[in-house]
Amino acid sequence: MSKIHVTTTVNGDEVEFLCEPDETLLDVLRDELHLTGSKEGCASGDCGACSVMVNDRLVCSCLVLGAEADGAKVETIEGMADGENLHPLQKKFLEHAALQCGVCTPGFLVAAKALLEKNPDPTETEARYWLAGNLCRCTGYDKIIRAVLDTAAEMRGN
Amino acid sequence: MRYEAPETIDTAVSLLAGAGGDARVLAGGTDLLVQLRADMIEPELVVDVKKIQSMRTITEENGGFRIGAAVAGAELSEHPKVKAAWPGVVEAVDLIGSTQIQGRASMGGNLCNGSPAADSVPAMIAAGTMVSIAGPNGEREVPAEEIIVGPGKTSLAKGEMVTSLFLPARPARSGDAYLRFIPRTEMDIAVVGAGVSLTLDEGGTCTAARVALGAVAATPLLVQEAADALIGTKLDDAAMEALAAAASAACNPIDDKRGTKDFRIKVAGVLARRAAQIALERARGN
Ligand SMILES: Cc1cc2nc3c(=O)[nH]c(=O)nc-3n(C[C@H](O)[C@H](O)[C@H](O)COP(=O)(O)OP(=O)(O)OC[C@H]3O[C@@H](n4cnc5c(N)ncnc54)[C@H](O)[C@@H]3O)c2cc1C
Ligand code: FES
Ligand code: FES
Repeated sequence: MSKIHVTTTVNGDEVEFLCEPDETLLDVLRDELHLTGSKEGCASGDCGACSVMVNDRLVCSCLVLGAEADGAKVETIEGMADGENLHPLQKKFLEHAALQCGVCTPGFLVAAKALLEKNPDPTETEARYWLAGNLCRCTGYDKIIRAVLDTAAEMRGN
Repeated sequence: MRYEAPETIDTAVSLLAGAGGDARVLAGGTDLLVQLRADMIEPELVVDVKKIQSMRTITEENGGFRIGAAVAGAELSEHPKVKAAWPGVVEAVDLIGSTQIQGRASMGGNLCNGSPAADSVPAMIAAGTMVSIAGPNGEREVPAEEIIVGPGKTSLAKGEMVTSLFLPARPARSGDAYLRFIPRTEMDIAVVGAGVSLTLDEGGTCTAARVALGAVAATPLLVQEAADALIGTKLDDAAMEALAAAASAACNPIDDKRGTKDFRIKVAGVLARRAAQIALERARGN
C-alpha cells in the first residue's frame, strides 16, 4: 500500500506527513506529528476526546482521514495556549477544578473555545447542548459548565 | 484501500465505476469511518467528494434550494433562507449527532447510509425532496423515498452517487416539522421519527400533505393514508385522530432494546400528530 503525501497547516505551521489511506487524522496527529494532546476515548465519534478544528469547524479527528487534511487548516489543543500563557478557558478549568483524570479535558477545551467564538454569551442550556458530544466520566460536568460560563463572562468583560 | 479526492463529478463517477472491488463515497465520514474502523466494510476505494464544489454548496433554484450532497449539517443550519422555508428539514438534520458530528455529517450521507432510523430522511421525504444522481450512464433524478430499499441498502447502481438534493419552492401557507422519540435529549438513535409537510388554502383547509415515518419498518416510509387523512380537512381533532391511526397502521417495526413493537406503533401515531400540529402552526404563520 503506497502512502499518501499530505501538506497541511497545524496550529499555524505548515506540516507535511505521509499516511496510510485508512489512517485517521487522530492517529496522524498523535503518532506521526507527536501531538498527543488529542485523545482517543472511543474511536467512534461518541466521546469528543479527539476534538480538533478543521477549516474552522469542530470535528472528531477519529472520524477524519489523515488524507483529508491535505490543504486544510487544522487546530489542536497544542495551539490553544500562547506559549506559557494559558487561554482563559484553560485558566478557568484549573480555577474551577473542572478536570480530574484529564482525558476529556483537551476535547472539552477545543469544543468550548469553538462555542465561545460562535456564541460569546451562551446560556447554560446552550453550553450543555454544544458540549453534549464531549463525555466526561469523572467530573459530573457541572464544574466544566461553570468554568465555560465563567470564562464567557470574563471574556465579555464582566 | 485507495483514497481519491477528485474535483469533478465526472472523475468521481469514473473512479467509482472503474473500481474492481467495493467502492465508497466519502462525504462527512461519520458513518463511513465508524464502519471502516469496526471492519464492517473493507472498501477497495474511497472517493472523497468534498473537493467537488457543487457538492459543497447550497444554491437557490426556481424558488427552491439545491443542497450539495456533501454539505455539512452545520452549514445547512447556518443558511437563513433554507431554515425559513423548510424548518422541519433543517431541524431534522440538526438532530444528527453532536456539534462535532454536525461539522461533517451530510444529508447525502444520512440518506445513502440507508438506515431506517436516519433522522433527516423522513423530513426529506415529507418535503418532497428530489435526489439528483450521477452515474456512468448519465444523470437521473428520483424522489427521496425511492433511495433506501432495505437496512443499509440503496437503489443506487454501481458507479452512481448522489450529487444534490432539491427542496422545492414553498407555496404560501405551508409548513413542515420533524420529531423523533429518543430516551434522552441528545446523541441517540431514533426509536421513532415522524416528518410532516402540509399546505393550507386561504380558508385554512389542507390542500396538500405528505407524512413520512422513520425507524418503524425496514425502510423509512411515505404514508399516503396518513396524508389523505389531512387533505380536505381543517386539521380538526377528527382529522388528527385519523392521521395518527393511519400512521400507526402503516408501521411494521421490530422489537429491540430501544423500543418494543407495540410501543413504536403507538408512538408513531402520537409523533405524527404532534409533528402535524407544529407544521400546521407554521403554515398558519406564513
Ligand atoms: C456519534 C454519532 C452520532 C450520530 N447520531 C445520529 C443521529 O442522531 N441521527 C442520525 O440519523 N444519524 C446519526 N449518526 C450517523 C451519521 O452521522 C449520519 O448518518 C450522517 O448524516 C452521515 O453523513 P456523512 O456525510 O458523515 O456520511 P458518510 O459517512 O460520508 O457516508 C455514509 C454512507 O453513505 C455513502 N454516501 C455518502 N455520500 C454519498 C453520496 N453523495 N452518494 C452516494 N453514497 C454516499 C457512503 O459511501 C457511506 O456508505 C451519528 C453518527 C455518530 C458517529
Ligand atoms: S475518540 Fe473520537 S469521539 Fe471518541
Ligand atoms: S476528567 Fe476524567 S473523563 Fe473528564
